[in-house]
Amino acid sequence: MGMTIAEKIIAAAAGVESVKPGDIHTVELDRLMSNDGTTHLTIDMYNKLKNPHIADVNKLVWIVDHNVPCDSVKTAASHKKMRDFAKEHGIKFYEGEGVCHQVMMEKHVTSGELIFGADSHTCAYGAVGAFGTGVGCTDYLYAMVTGHSWLLVPETLRFNLTGKLPEGVYARDLILTIIGKIGANGANYMAMEFGGEGLKTLNMSDRISICNLCVEAGAKTALMEVDEITLDYLKEHGREPKHVFKSDEDANFAKVYDIDLSTIKPIVAKPHFVDSVVDAKECVGTHIDEAFLGSCNNGRIEDLRAGADIIKGKKVHPMVRFLVVPASADVYKQALYEGIIDTFMEAGAIVMNPNCSVCWGSCQGVIGENEVLISTGTRNFKGRAGHKDSFVYLASAATVTASAIKGEIATADMV
Amino acid sequence: MDKFSGKIWVLGDDIDTDIIIPTEYLALKTVDDMKPYAFSPLRPELAGQISEGDIIVAGKNFGCGSSREQAPEIIKALGIKCVIAKSFARIFFRNSFNNGLLLIENEDLHDVVKEGDNITVCVNNFIEHENKKYPIAELPQNLVDIVNAGGLVKAMRKLNGLD
Repeated sequence: MGMTIAEKIIAAAAGVESVKPGDIHTVELDRLMSNDGTTHLTIDMYNKLKNPHIADVNKLVWIVDHNVPCDSVKTAASHKKMRDFAKEHGIKFYEGEGVCHQVMMEKHVTSGELIFGADSHTCAYGAVGAFGTGVGCTDYLYAMVTGHSWLLVPETLRFNLTGKLPEGVYARDLILTIIGKIGANGANYMAMEFGGEGLKTLNMSDRISICNLCVEAGAKTALMEVDEITLDYLKEHGREPKHVFKSDEDANFAKVYDIDLSTIKPIVAKPHFVDSVVDAKECVGTHIDEAFLGSCNNGRIEDLRAGADIIKGKKVHPMVRFLVVPASADVYKQALYEGIIDTFMEAGAIVMNPNCSVCWGSCQGVIGENEVLISTGTRNFKGRAGHKDSFVYLASAATVTASAIKGEIATADMV
Repeated sequence: MDKFSGKIWVLGDDIDTDIIIPTEYLALKTVDDMKPYAFSPLRPELAGQISEGDIIVAGKNFGCGSSREQAPEIIKALGIKCVIAKSFARIFFRNSFNNGLLLIENEDLHDVVKEGDNITVCVNNFIEHENKKYPIAELPQNLVDIVNAGGLVKAMRKLNGLD
Protein backbone atom coordinates (compact mmCIF):
# COMPACT_ATOMS: atom_id res chain seq x y z
CA MET A 1 0.00 0.00 0.00
CA GLY A 2 1.28 3.47 -0.88
CA MET A 3 1.68 6.26 1.64
CA THR A 4 0.54 9.87 1.98
CA ILE A 5 2.95 12.77 2.64
CA ALA A 6 2.13 12.71 6.37
CA GLU A 7 2.78 8.96 6.54
CA LYS A 8 6.09 9.31 4.69
CA ILE A 9 7.33 12.04 7.04
CA ILE A 10 6.39 10.00 10.11
CA ALA A 11 8.02 6.87 8.65
CA ALA A 12 11.25 8.80 8.00
CA ALA A 13 11.18 10.33 11.50
CA ALA A 14 10.52 6.93 13.07
CA GLY A 15 13.19 5.22 10.98
CA VAL A 16 10.81 2.60 9.59
CA GLU A 17 9.93 1.49 6.05
CA SER A 18 6.24 2.20 6.22
CA VAL A 19 3.46 3.30 8.58
CA LYS A 20 -0.32 3.25 8.43
CA PRO A 21 -3.06 5.31 10.10
CA GLY A 22 -3.67 4.25 13.69
CA ASP A 23 -0.09 3.07 14.30
CA ILE A 24 1.74 4.78 17.13
CA HIS A 25 5.42 5.55 16.50
CA THR A 26 8.24 7.09 18.45
CA VAL A 27 9.57 9.86 16.24
CA GLU A 28 12.73 11.95 16.20
CA LEU A 29 11.82 15.65 16.00
CA ASP A 30 13.64 18.11 13.75
CA ARG A 31 12.64 21.32 15.46
CA LEU A 32 10.87 22.48 18.61
CA MET A 33 9.25 25.91 18.63
CA SER A 34 7.83 27.57 21.73
CA ASN A 35 6.54 31.09 22.41
CA ASP A 36 5.75 33.29 25.39
CA GLY A 37 2.22 31.88 25.62
CA THR A 38 3.44 28.87 27.63
CA THR A 39 7.27 28.68 27.73
CA HIS A 40 7.37 29.87 31.36
CA LEU A 41 5.30 26.78 32.27
CA THR A 42 7.73 24.51 30.40
CA ILE A 43 10.64 26.06 32.30
CA ASP A 44 8.88 25.53 35.66
CA MET A 45 8.34 21.85 34.84
CA TYR A 46 11.91 21.45 33.53
CA ASN A 47 13.25 22.74 36.81
CA LYS A 48 11.28 20.08 38.71
CA LEU A 49 12.98 17.19 36.88
CA LYS A 50 15.99 15.38 38.25
CA ASN A 51 19.20 16.38 36.45
CA PRO A 52 17.32 17.65 33.42
CA HIS A 53 19.13 18.29 30.18
CA ILE A 54 18.14 19.38 26.67
CA ALA A 55 18.57 16.58 24.12
CA ASP A 56 19.71 18.87 21.29
CA VAL A 57 19.67 22.57 21.95
CA ASN A 58 20.11 23.32 18.21
CA LYS A 59 16.57 22.09 17.58
CA LEU A 60 14.98 24.63 19.92
CA VAL A 61 13.61 27.98 18.75
CA TRP A 62 11.98 30.28 21.30
CA ILE A 63 10.02 33.30 20.16
CA VAL A 64 8.44 36.09 22.20
CA ASP A 65 5.44 37.21 20.16
CA HIS A 66 2.23 37.06 22.18
CA ASN A 67 2.76 40.10 24.41
CA VAL A 68 5.27 42.34 22.63
CA PRO A 69 6.25 44.74 24.01
CA CYS A 70 5.31 43.65 27.51
CA ASP A 71 1.97 44.90 28.74
CA SER A 72 2.31 44.19 32.46
CA VAL A 73 4.71 43.37 35.26
CA LYS A 74 3.43 39.78 35.20
CA THR A 75 4.30 39.22 31.53
CA ALA A 76 7.61 41.02 32.05
CA ALA A 77 8.47 38.38 34.66
CA SER A 78 7.45 35.55 32.36
CA HIS A 79 9.49 37.00 29.47
CA LYS A 80 12.50 37.44 31.74
CA LYS A 81 12.29 33.82 32.82
CA MET A 82 12.24 32.76 29.15
CA ARG A 83 15.02 35.14 28.10
CA ASP A 84 17.33 34.14 30.98
CA PHE A 85 16.78 30.42 30.41
CA ALA A 86 17.41 30.77 26.65
CA LYS A 87 20.63 32.65 27.32
CA GLU A 88 21.84 30.18 29.93
CA HIS A 89 21.23 27.18 27.65
CA GLY A 90 22.15 28.76 24.30
CA ILE A 91 18.65 28.46 22.81
CA LYS A 92 17.91 30.35 19.59
CA PHE A 93 15.78 33.27 20.80
CA TYR A 94 13.75 35.93 19.01
CA GLU A 95 11.96 38.89 20.51
CA GLY A 96 10.16 41.54 18.50
CA GLU A 97 10.99 39.75 15.23
CA GLY A 98 7.40 38.81 14.54
CA VAL A 99 4.69 36.23 15.06
CA CYS A 100 6.31 32.85 15.78
CA HIS A 101 5.00 30.97 12.74
CA GLN A 102 6.00 33.72 10.32
CA VAL A 103 9.48 33.88 11.86
CA MET A 104 9.76 30.08 11.61
CA MET A 105 8.75 30.16 7.94
CA GLU A 106 11.19 32.96 7.13
CA LYS A 107 14.15 31.56 9.04
CA HIS A 108 13.91 27.86 9.89
CA VAL A 109 11.36 25.43 8.47
CA THR A 110 12.10 23.21 5.50
CA SER A 111 10.32 20.48 3.52
CA GLY A 112 10.04 17.01 5.05
CA GLU A 113 10.76 18.07 8.63
CA LEU A 114 8.73 16.96 11.64
CA ILE A 115 8.19 19.87 14.01
CA PHE A 116 6.47 20.29 17.37
CA GLY A 117 5.33 23.78 18.27
CA ALA A 118 3.79 24.73 21.59
CA ASP A 119 1.12 26.62 19.68
CA SER A 120 -1.92 25.29 17.87
CA HIS A 121 -1.20 27.04 14.56
CA THR A 122 2.09 25.15 14.06
CA CYS A 123 0.34 23.32 11.20
CA ALA A 124 1.24 26.41 9.10
CA TYR A 125 4.60 24.77 8.28
CA GLY A 126 2.86 22.43 5.85
CA ALA A 127 3.06 25.31 3.37
CA VAL A 128 6.60 24.10 2.56
CA GLY A 129 5.72 20.43 3.06
CA ALA A 130 6.82 20.15 6.71
CA PHE A 131 4.75 18.21 9.25
CA GLY A 132 4.11 20.83 11.94
CA THR A 133 1.81 20.02 14.82
CA GLY A 134 0.72 21.91 17.91
CA VAL A 135 1.36 20.44 21.36
CA GLY A 136 0.96 21.56 24.95
CA CYS A 137 3.90 22.50 27.15
CA THR A 138 4.16 19.06 28.77
CA ASP A 139 4.56 17.31 25.41
CA TYR A 140 6.99 20.07 24.49
CA LEU A 141 9.02 19.49 27.63
CA TYR A 142 9.17 15.74 26.99
CA ALA A 143 10.41 16.33 23.43
CA MET A 144 12.90 18.96 24.60
CA VAL A 145 14.41 16.61 27.18
CA THR A 146 14.34 13.38 25.15
CA GLY A 147 14.54 14.67 21.54
CA HIS A 148 11.62 12.48 20.57
CA SER A 149 7.93 11.91 21.20
CA TRP A 150 5.14 9.57 20.17
CA LEU A 151 2.71 10.21 17.35
CA LEU A 152 -0.43 8.46 16.24
CA VAL A 153 -0.31 8.22 12.44
CA PRO A 154 -3.26 10.32 11.24
CA GLU A 155 -5.60 9.51 8.41
CA THR A 156 -5.32 11.99 5.52
CA LEU A 157 -7.99 14.10 3.85
CA ARG A 158 -6.87 15.01 0.33
CA PHE A 159 -7.88 18.27 -1.33
CA ASN A 160 -7.35 18.36 -5.11
CA LEU A 161 -7.33 21.96 -6.24
CA THR A 162 -8.12 22.98 -9.80
CA GLY A 163 -8.60 26.36 -11.49
CA LYS A 164 -7.62 29.75 -10.10
CA LEU A 165 -9.11 32.06 -7.47
CA PRO A 166 -11.11 34.90 -9.10
CA GLU A 167 -9.86 38.49 -8.84
CA GLY A 168 -10.59 39.86 -5.34
CA VAL A 169 -10.86 36.41 -3.75
CA TYR A 170 -8.09 35.22 -1.45
CA ALA A 171 -6.61 32.12 0.18
CA ARG A 172 -8.42 33.12 3.38
CA ASP A 173 -11.74 32.83 1.54
CA LEU A 174 -10.72 29.39 0.27
CA ILE A 175 -9.74 27.94 3.65
CA LEU A 176 -12.82 29.41 5.38
CA THR A 177 -14.93 27.79 2.65
CA ILE A 178 -13.23 24.44 3.29
CA ILE A 179 -13.66 24.71 7.08
CA GLY A 180 -17.32 25.61 6.57
CA LYS A 181 -17.72 22.56 4.38
CA ILE A 182 -16.06 19.97 6.64
CA GLY A 183 -16.84 21.62 10.02
CA ALA A 184 -14.78 22.66 13.06
CA ASN A 185 -13.94 19.02 13.81
CA GLY A 186 -14.14 17.74 10.24
CA ALA A 187 -10.44 16.91 10.23
CA ASN A 188 -10.04 16.07 13.93
CA TYR A 189 -6.90 13.93 14.46
CA MET A 190 -6.35 13.97 10.66
CA ALA A 191 -3.87 15.45 8.19
CA MET A 192 -5.16 17.76 5.47
CA GLU A 193 -3.17 17.41 2.26
CA PHE A 194 -3.36 19.84 -0.66
CA GLY A 195 -2.26 19.29 -4.23
CA GLY A 196 -3.35 19.46 -7.84
CA GLU A 197 -2.92 21.93 -10.67
CA GLY A 198 -4.69 24.69 -8.77
CA LEU A 199 -1.97 24.69 -6.11
CA LYS A 200 0.45 26.19 -8.65
CA THR A 201 -1.68 29.36 -8.74
CA LEU A 202 -1.19 29.91 -4.98
CA ASN A 203 1.92 31.70 -3.75
CA MET A 204 3.74 30.90 -0.51
CA SER A 205 1.78 33.50 1.45
CA ASP A 206 -1.50 31.90 0.29
CA ARG A 207 -0.21 28.47 1.25
CA ILE A 208 0.81 29.56 4.76
CA SER A 209 -2.61 31.15 5.24
CA ILE A 210 -4.37 27.91 4.22
CA CYS A 211 -2.23 25.50 6.26
CA ASN A 212 -2.24 27.79 9.31
CA LEU A 213 -6.02 27.67 9.63
CA CYS A 214 -6.39 23.88 9.23
CA VAL A 215 -6.29 23.44 13.01
CA GLU A 216 -9.65 25.25 13.03
CA ALA A 217 -11.02 22.12 11.34
CA GLY A 218 -9.30 20.07 14.07
CA ALA A 219 -6.41 18.92 11.86
CA LYS A 220 -3.26 17.47 13.40
CA THR A 221 -1.27 18.86 10.52
CA ALA A 222 -1.63 20.31 7.03
CA LEU A 223 0.66 19.47 4.13
CA MET A 224 1.13 20.84 0.66
CA GLU A 225 2.90 19.15 -2.20
CA VAL A 226 6.36 20.56 -2.74
CA ASP A 227 6.78 22.22 -6.14
CA GLU A 228 8.87 24.89 -7.86
CA ILE A 229 7.22 27.63 -5.78
CA THR A 230 8.28 25.84 -2.57
CA LEU A 231 11.82 25.21 -3.76
CA ASP A 232 12.20 28.83 -4.92
CA TYR A 233 10.97 30.07 -1.53
CA LEU A 234 13.44 27.85 0.33
CA LYS A 235 16.28 28.90 -1.96
CA GLU A 236 15.48 32.60 -1.50
CA HIS A 237 15.67 32.02 2.25
CA GLY A 238 18.93 30.07 1.99
CA ARG A 239 17.59 26.60 2.80
CA GLU A 240 17.54 23.15 1.19
CA PRO A 241 14.67 20.67 1.58
CA LYS A 242 15.22 17.74 3.96
CA HIS A 243 12.88 15.44 2.02
CA VAL A 244 10.58 16.06 -0.92
CA PHE A 245 7.62 13.71 -0.51
CA LYS A 246 4.55 13.20 -2.67
CA SER A 247 1.65 10.91 -1.90
CA ASP A 248 1.85 7.62 -3.80
CA GLU A 249 -0.67 6.87 -6.54
CA ASP A 250 -2.14 4.11 -4.38
CA ALA A 251 -2.01 6.07 -1.10
CA ASN A 252 -5.07 5.63 1.07
CA PHE A 253 -7.05 8.82 1.75
CA ALA A 254 -9.92 8.90 4.25
CA LYS A 255 -11.71 11.18 1.82
CA VAL A 256 -10.87 13.13 -1.34
CA TYR A 257 -12.33 16.56 -2.07
CA ASP A 258 -12.14 18.23 -5.49
CA ILE A 259 -12.20 22.00 -5.23
CA ASP A 260 -12.46 24.33 -8.20
CA LEU A 261 -10.81 27.56 -7.04
CA SER A 262 -12.74 29.63 -9.58
CA THR A 263 -15.98 28.93 -7.65
CA ILE A 264 -14.74 30.48 -4.37
CA LYS A 265 -16.26 33.81 -3.22
CA PRO A 266 -15.43 36.30 -0.46
CA ILE A 267 -16.38 34.62 2.82
CA VAL A 268 -16.98 35.78 6.39
CA ALA A 269 -16.92 33.54 9.48
CA LYS A 270 -19.51 34.84 11.94
CA PRO A 271 -19.24 34.80 15.75
CA HIS A 272 -18.44 32.55 17.59
CA PHE A 273 -17.24 29.63 15.44
CA VAL A 274 -14.73 29.47 12.60
CA ASP A 275 -17.02 27.10 10.69
CA SER A 276 -19.98 29.53 10.86
CA VAL A 277 -19.19 30.74 7.37
CA VAL A 278 -21.41 32.68 5.00
CA ASP A 279 -21.02 34.55 1.73
CA ALA A 280 -19.51 37.92 2.76
CA LYS A 281 -22.44 39.66 1.03
CA GLU A 282 -24.78 38.27 3.71
CA CYS A 283 -22.91 40.24 6.40
CA VAL A 284 -22.70 43.52 4.49
CA GLY A 285 -23.93 46.40 6.64
CA THR A 286 -23.05 44.77 9.99
CA HIS A 287 -21.77 47.51 12.33
CA ILE A 288 -18.08 47.26 13.38
CA ASP A 289 -16.00 49.09 16.00
CA GLU A 290 -12.57 47.78 15.12
CA ALA A 291 -10.77 46.14 12.18
CA PHE A 292 -7.56 44.11 12.42
CA LEU A 293 -5.18 43.35 9.56
CA GLY A 294 -2.37 41.11 10.78
CA SER A 295 -1.54 37.76 12.49
CA CYS A 296 0.29 34.62 11.38
CA ASN A 297 -2.65 34.01 9.09
CA ASN A 298 -2.77 37.25 7.11
CA GLY A 299 -0.05 39.66 8.17
CA ARG A 300 2.35 39.10 5.29
CA ILE A 301 3.41 41.63 2.66
CA GLU A 302 0.87 40.23 0.16
CA ASP A 303 -1.94 40.91 2.67
CA LEU A 304 -0.69 44.42 3.43
CA ARG A 305 -0.48 45.12 -0.31
CA ALA A 306 -4.06 43.92 -0.79
CA GLY A 307 -5.22 46.24 2.00
CA ALA A 308 -3.12 49.21 0.83
CA ASP A 309 -4.43 48.93 -2.75
CA ILE A 310 -7.96 49.30 -1.40
CA ILE A 311 -7.39 52.08 1.14
CA LYS A 312 -4.97 54.24 -0.90
CA GLY A 313 -6.41 57.76 -1.08
CA LYS A 314 -9.32 56.87 1.24
CA LYS A 315 -9.87 57.22 4.98
CA VAL A 316 -10.63 54.84 7.82
CA HIS A 317 -14.19 55.45 9.05
CA PRO A 318 -14.06 57.98 11.95
CA MET A 319 -15.80 55.56 14.36
CA VAL A 320 -13.46 52.63 13.60
CA ARG A 321 -10.02 51.76 14.98
CA PHE A 322 -8.10 50.06 12.15
CA LEU A 323 -5.10 48.10 13.48
CA VAL A 324 -2.45 47.13 10.95
CA VAL A 325 0.14 44.73 12.35
CA PRO A 326 2.83 43.29 10.02
CA ALA A 327 3.52 39.63 10.88
CA SER A 328 7.28 40.08 11.08
CA ALA A 329 10.04 42.66 11.12
CA ASP A 330 10.97 41.62 7.57
CA VAL A 331 7.39 42.21 6.42
CA TYR A 332 7.36 45.57 8.23
CA LYS A 333 10.60 46.68 6.54
CA GLN A 334 9.33 45.61 3.12
CA ALA A 335 6.06 47.47 3.70
CA LEU A 336 8.00 50.61 4.66
CA TYR A 337 10.13 50.27 1.54
CA GLU A 338 7.06 49.94 -0.69
CA GLY A 339 5.32 52.95 0.87
CA ILE A 340 2.54 50.74 2.24
CA ILE A 341 2.97 51.94 5.82
CA ASP A 342 2.63 55.55 4.58
CA THR A 343 -0.58 54.61 2.78
CA PHE A 344 -2.11 53.08 5.91
CA MET A 345 -1.03 55.96 8.15
CA GLU A 346 -2.34 58.60 5.77
CA ALA A 347 -5.65 56.76 5.79
CA GLY A 348 -5.74 56.95 9.60
CA ALA A 349 -4.83 53.36 10.47
CA ILE A 350 -2.94 52.51 13.67
CA VAL A 351 0.23 50.70 12.57
CA MET A 352 1.72 48.52 15.30
CA ASN A 353 4.90 46.52 15.84
CA PRO A 354 4.94 42.85 14.71
CA ASN A 355 3.22 40.63 17.31
CA CYS A 356 0.10 38.50 17.82
CA SER A 357 -1.91 41.58 18.81
CA VAL A 358 -5.68 41.32 19.22
CA CYS A 359 -5.77 37.90 17.52
CA TRP A 360 -4.86 36.49 20.91
CA GLY A 361 -7.01 38.91 22.88
CA SER A 362 -4.33 40.39 25.09
CA CYS A 363 -1.71 43.11 24.86
CA GLN A 364 -3.13 45.26 22.03
CA GLY A 365 -6.47 46.37 20.73
CA VAL A 366 -8.78 44.26 22.88
CA ILE A 367 -12.44 45.09 22.41
CA GLY A 368 -14.99 46.03 25.04
CA GLU A 369 -18.49 44.90 25.94
CA ASN A 370 -20.78 44.49 22.91
CA GLU A 371 -18.08 45.70 20.53
CA VAL A 372 -17.57 44.15 17.12
CA LEU A 373 -14.24 43.35 15.47
CA ILE A 374 -13.63 42.24 11.90
CA SER A 375 -10.33 40.45 11.76
CA THR A 376 -7.83 38.53 9.66
CA GLY A 377 -6.87 36.75 12.89
CA THR A 378 -7.15 33.03 13.42
CA ARG A 379 -10.18 32.66 15.69
CA ASN A 380 -13.55 34.17 16.49
CA PHE A 381 -14.38 32.26 19.67
CA LYS A 382 -16.59 33.98 22.24
CA GLY A 383 -14.44 36.44 24.17
CA ARG A 384 -11.36 35.67 22.08
CA ALA A 385 -10.58 39.34 21.37
CA GLY A 386 -11.57 40.83 24.72
CA HIS A 387 -14.85 41.12 26.63
CA LYS A 388 -16.88 37.92 26.90
CA ASP A 389 -19.82 39.73 25.34
CA SER A 390 -18.05 40.93 22.21
CA PHE A 391 -18.14 39.71 18.62
CA VAL A 392 -15.47 38.72 16.11
CA TYR A 393 -15.98 38.23 12.37
CA LEU A 394 -13.16 36.67 10.32
CA ALA A 395 -12.44 37.64 6.73
CA SER A 396 -9.71 38.32 4.16
CA ALA A 397 -7.39 41.35 4.26
CA ALA A 398 -9.45 42.91 1.45
CA THR A 399 -12.80 42.51 3.23
CA VAL A 400 -11.33 43.73 6.54
CA THR A 401 -9.86 46.84 4.89
CA ALA A 402 -13.04 47.62 2.97
CA SER A 403 -15.00 47.28 6.25
CA ALA A 404 -12.59 49.63 8.05
CA ILE A 405 -13.37 52.28 5.44
CA LYS A 406 -17.14 51.80 5.51
CA GLY A 407 -17.55 51.41 9.29
CA GLU A 408 -19.57 48.27 8.64
CA ILE A 409 -18.86 44.96 6.98
CA ALA A 410 -18.22 45.57 3.27
CA THR A 411 -16.51 43.80 0.41
CA ALA A 412 -13.69 45.37 -1.59
CA ASP A 413 -15.91 46.09 -4.61
CA MET A 414 -18.06 48.40 -2.45
CA VAL A 415 -15.40 51.01 -1.61
CA MET B 1 -9.71 5.29 39.66
CA ASP B 2 -11.43 2.13 38.52
CA LYS B 3 -15.01 3.02 39.45
CA PHE B 4 -16.54 6.27 40.67
CA SER B 5 -19.84 8.14 40.70
CA GLY B 6 -20.54 11.84 40.45
CA LYS B 7 -22.93 14.62 39.67
CA ILE B 8 -22.79 15.92 36.11
CA TRP B 9 -22.61 19.35 34.48
CA VAL B 10 -23.79 19.38 30.88
CA LEU B 11 -22.14 21.54 28.21
CA GLY B 12 -22.73 21.75 24.44
CA ASP B 13 -20.66 21.26 21.28
CA ASP B 14 -17.36 22.99 20.42
CA ILE B 15 -16.47 24.13 23.95
CA ASP B 16 -13.24 25.93 23.04
CA THR B 17 -10.16 26.72 25.09
CA ASP B 18 -11.04 30.44 25.25
CA ILE B 19 -14.30 29.44 26.94
CA ILE B 20 -12.47 27.12 29.33
CA ILE B 21 -10.04 29.90 30.25
CA PRO B 22 -10.13 33.30 28.49
CA THR B 23 -6.79 34.85 27.47
CA GLU B 24 -7.13 37.77 29.87
CA TYR B 25 -6.81 35.47 32.90
CA LEU B 26 -3.78 33.52 31.63
CA ALA B 27 -1.44 36.12 33.12
CA LEU B 28 -2.64 35.26 36.64
CA LYS B 29 0.04 33.58 38.69
CA THR B 30 -1.38 30.15 39.39
CA VAL B 31 -4.01 27.78 38.11
CA ASP B 32 -5.85 28.26 41.41
CA ASP B 33 -6.01 32.01 40.71
CA MET B 34 -7.39 31.28 37.24
CA LYS B 35 -9.96 28.64 38.10
CA PRO B 36 -12.77 30.99 39.27
CA TYR B 37 -12.87 32.25 35.65
CA ALA B 38 -13.22 28.83 34.03
CA PHE B 39 -16.06 28.74 31.50
CA SER B 40 -16.82 32.41 32.34
CA PRO B 41 -17.67 33.59 28.79
CA LEU B 42 -20.39 30.94 28.69
CA ARG B 43 -21.47 30.41 32.31
CA PRO B 44 -19.76 32.80 34.73
CA GLU B 45 -21.33 31.11 37.77
CA LEU B 46 -20.30 27.57 36.83
CA ALA B 47 -16.79 27.49 38.33
CA GLY B 48 -18.20 28.37 41.74
CA GLN B 49 -20.84 25.66 41.57
CA ILE B 50 -18.58 22.73 40.67
CA SER B 51 -17.67 20.45 43.56
CA GLU B 52 -14.88 17.92 43.98
CA GLY B 53 -15.72 14.71 42.16
CA ASP B 54 -18.20 16.23 39.67
CA ILE B 55 -18.16 15.16 36.04
CA ILE B 56 -18.59 17.20 32.83
CA VAL B 57 -20.62 15.73 29.98
CA ALA B 58 -20.28 17.60 26.68
CA GLY B 59 -21.01 17.35 22.96
CA LYS B 60 -18.58 17.12 20.08
CA ASN B 61 -15.14 18.72 19.69
CA PHE B 62 -14.59 19.57 23.37
CA GLY B 63 -11.38 21.59 23.91
CA CYS B 64 -10.97 22.89 20.37
CA GLY B 65 -8.68 25.84 19.79
CA SER B 66 -5.48 26.82 21.51
CA SER B 67 -2.73 24.55 22.86
CA ARG B 68 -2.89 26.35 26.24
CA GLU B 69 -2.33 23.66 28.81
CA GLN B 70 -3.98 25.72 31.52
CA ALA B 71 -7.31 24.53 30.07
CA PRO B 72 -7.15 20.91 31.29
CA GLU B 73 -5.19 21.96 34.39
CA ILE B 74 -8.02 24.27 35.46
CA ILE B 75 -10.72 21.68 34.88
CA LYS B 76 -8.74 19.30 37.06
CA ALA B 77 -8.12 21.99 39.70
CA LEU B 78 -11.88 22.60 39.93
CA GLY B 79 -12.19 19.02 41.12
CA ILE B 80 -13.68 17.56 37.95
CA LYS B 81 -13.08 13.82 38.00
CA CYS B 82 -13.39 13.31 34.26
CA VAL B 83 -14.82 14.85 31.10
CA ILE B 84 -17.07 12.72 28.91
CA ALA B 85 -17.70 14.08 25.41
CA LYS B 86 -18.82 12.91 21.99
CA SER B 87 -15.33 13.83 20.76
CA PHE B 88 -12.30 15.84 21.85
CA ALA B 89 -10.00 18.15 19.91
CA ARG B 90 -6.63 16.44 19.58
CA ILE B 91 -4.27 18.92 21.26
CA PHE B 92 -6.60 19.12 24.27
CA PHE B 93 -6.76 15.31 24.34
CA ARG B 94 -2.98 14.97 24.72
CA ASN B 95 -2.75 17.89 27.14
CA SER B 96 -5.43 16.41 29.40
CA PHE B 97 -3.76 13.05 29.85
CA ASN B 98 -0.39 14.76 30.24
CA ASN B 99 -1.92 16.71 33.14
CA GLY B 100 -3.69 13.76 34.69
CA LEU B 101 -7.22 14.66 33.58
CA LEU B 102 -9.23 11.64 32.48
CA LEU B 103 -11.20 11.97 29.23
CA ILE B 104 -13.77 9.49 27.97
CA GLU B 105 -15.39 9.48 24.54
CA ASN B 106 -19.03 8.46 24.29
CA GLU B 107 -21.45 9.30 21.49
CA ASP B 108 -24.76 8.62 23.23
CA LEU B 109 -24.68 9.77 26.84
CA HIS B 110 -24.84 13.52 26.11
CA ASP B 111 -28.20 13.16 24.36
CA VAL B 112 -29.93 11.43 27.29
CA VAL B 113 -28.59 13.08 30.44
CA LYS B 114 -29.64 16.29 32.15
CA GLU B 115 -27.63 18.53 34.41
CA GLY B 116 -27.55 17.38 38.01
CA ASP B 117 -28.00 13.70 37.18
CA ASN B 118 -25.73 11.18 38.82
CA ILE B 119 -23.67 8.76 36.77
CA THR B 120 -21.25 5.98 37.55
CA VAL B 121 -18.10 5.49 35.51
CA CYS B 122 -16.34 2.15 35.40
CA VAL B 123 -13.09 3.05 33.63
CA ASN B 124 -12.31 1.00 30.51
CA ASN B 125 -15.72 -0.59 30.72
CA PHE B 126 -18.96 1.39 30.89
CA ILE B 127 -20.85 4.45 32.11
CA GLU B 128 -24.09 3.86 34.02
CA HIS B 129 -26.97 6.35 33.98
CA GLU B 130 -30.47 5.57 35.30
CA ASN B 131 -29.76 1.84 35.27
CA LYS B 132 -28.64 1.89 31.66
CA LYS B 133 -25.06 1.04 30.74
CA TYR B 134 -23.16 2.80 27.96
CA PRO B 135 -20.04 0.91 26.85
CA ILE B 136 -16.76 2.85 26.60
CA ALA B 137 -13.48 2.01 24.90
CA GLU B 138 -10.47 0.69 26.75
CA LEU B 139 -7.64 3.17 27.25
CA PRO B 140 -4.04 2.15 26.55
CA GLN B 141 -2.26 1.24 29.81
CA ASN B 142 0.34 4.03 29.43
CA LEU B 143 -2.42 6.67 29.43
CA VAL B 144 -4.02 5.12 32.53
CA ASP B 145 -0.60 5.13 34.22
CA ILE B 146 -0.10 8.81 33.39
CA VAL B 147 -3.55 9.75 34.77
CA ASN B 148 -2.98 7.68 37.92
CA ALA B 149 0.40 9.38 38.49
CA GLY B 150 -1.30 12.78 38.15
CA GLY B 151 0.23 13.70 34.79
CA LEU B 152 3.25 13.10 32.55
CA VAL B 153 5.74 15.17 34.56
CA LYS B 154 4.71 13.43 37.77
CA ALA B 155 4.98 10.09 35.96
CA MET B 156 8.50 11.06 34.83
CA ARG B 157 9.41 12.08 38.39
CA LYS B 158 8.15 8.74 39.61
CA LEU B 159 10.33 6.96 37.06
CA ASN B 160 13.24 9.14 38.23
CA GLY B 161 12.60 7.97 41.79
CA LEU B 162 11.85 11.52 42.93
CA ASP B 163 8.36 10.87 44.32
